[in-house]
Amino acid sequence: MREPRPLRRARFDDLGLRRALSDRMLPFMVAAMAFLAALALAGSLAAASLARHWQEGAAAALTVQVPRPKAPAETHDGTRQDRVLLLIQGTPGIAEARALNDDELAELLRPWLGSGVERLSLPLPAVIDVRLTASGPDLAALTARLAAVAPGTQVESHGIWLRRLSALARSLQACAALALLVVAAVAASVVAVATRAGLAARRQSIEIVHGLGATDGYIAGRFARRATGSAALGGALGAIAAMPVLLALAHLARPFAGLQPGSDPGYDTTSLLGALPGALWLLLPALPAGAALIGFLTAQGTVRRWLRRLP
Amino acid sequence: MVRFDHVGLQYESGGRSGPEVLHDLTFSVPEGGFRWLIGHSGAGKSSLLRLMYLAARPSRGKLTVLGTDIGAAERRALPRLRRRIGVVFQDFRLLPHLSAFDNVALPLRIGGRPEGQIRADVQEMLRWVGLAPKAEVLPAEMSGGEQQRVAIARAVVGRPSLLLADEPTGNLDDAQAARLMQLLRELNRLGTTVIVATHNDFLVDRHPAPALLLDHGRLIGDA
Repeated sequence: MREPRPLRRARFDDLGLRRALSDRMLPFMVAAMAFLAALALAGSLAAASLARHWQEGAAAALTVQVPRPKAPAETHDGTRQDRVLLLIQGTPGIAEARALNDDELAELLRPWLGSGVERLSLPLPAVIDVRLTASGPDLAALTARLAAVAPGTQVESHGIWLRRLSALARSLQACAALALLVVAAVAASVVAVATRAGLAARRQSIEIVHGLGATDGYIAGRFARRATGSAALGGALGAIAAMPVLLALAHLARPFAGLQPGSDPGYDTTSLLGALPGALWLLLPALPAGAALIGFLTAQGTVRRWLRRLP
Repeated sequence: MVRFDHVGLQYESGGRSGPEVLHDLTFSVPEGGFRWLIGHSGAGKSSLLRLMYLAARPSRGKLTVLGTDIGAAERRALPRLRRRIGVVFQDFRLLPHLSAFDNVALPLRIGGRPEGQIRADVQEMLRWVGLAPKAEVLPAEMSGGEQQRVAIARAVVGRPSLLLADEPTGNLDDAQAARLMQLLRELNRLGTTVIVATHNDFLVDRHPAPALLLDHGRLIGDA
């Protein structure tokens, strides 16, 4: 006794696409593409966030070195260090200026001179750590005025390093965008090849259905529905497979973002998931959606172009 | 209904035109008419049918099917027209992975009919061709005669205005052939235009009707 026929058949497979072997590999190939896309996205976001972090930390900073700090200043009373500090503090565009004390100076030099710096009685310069406001000072004018008060004073701006770092970050982002484009193109080619193989395998069925009055949209829709599902599945598999790799990379990248192991109570596996940039949590689910869109559009285009050979 | 006006047909292969297989055909079949299409193998019967079921467009001349000029019609206008034409092929052209029910339901599903109506129509049609008990059977599990009847049910389930049949009795014994002819005449009486290609003289003698006589791609008789 056969089962009673259901009134509405959810998925009527008139072209027999479920039996076609040609697209069985499709989800796995798309998964590989999605995996690469996830890495490229993560690389792009990481470059952007590191650049931002460095910029926030160092954009608004100057280091001023004053040789022979205790010697009297050229044009005013007081020591060279005091006059330079006063001059800097009185300049528009300066948020804060502070001379490093002996301990801080020793700490700064320790990597080069070892721990007994103070016993070496070297003629050390004073180092003034300067924080700038958003607008910043006129650096050339400031340098000239400082040189007048205390000749030999050096002003080191971090801006040039920042420009180089942000150029590097922008280049990395451009590479990631290029990689994403290539991955999308390869994914589209994979879907197109699978669709063409499906068309060749079901040619007779397609001709019969076409002869019975099916529109191009009807036939293309059957292929596109299947390609969309396969590509979405592949995209999801790829995104899931990329997760452990991304978490490991985020773990490695944390010290560069200013967090040290042990210095942060959240720095352990319990907060590992929080290590990924927030944007990545939005972009990872977009991978299956993007793959599905590529699958849909490619299958529609491929089938409609193929059908033009029929009258 | 169907009108040929100096129609010729050349097939193209690889972008190049082959020799003309139909030459300068001029005839018409009125609405509700019945015609035999007679000729030896290779006379051009199948090509003539292909023109009428819109699997090919004329290379020259003017072909009008169900009021539409086929040579001038836009490609996207043809699917709707095809749904008004039923075809019974010599080799059935059933979809092998679909049951008899689903094969017969195919034109209705393509036409977007509601599933409830499809079920009623298909079951009625399968009863009409005597295959109701075999609704869920695949074509490969049926005899040639049964497959032929599924093909006929599929051709007429959409109540076509034009029914074309290419050697429809080729796989049937005499009793089945007689029953098929009875079905075709019944449809014709209900208003469907019917054109049947055959080289079965016995069948033509048994069911006298006007005939189109083809030879080497030319029409040599229309009576």
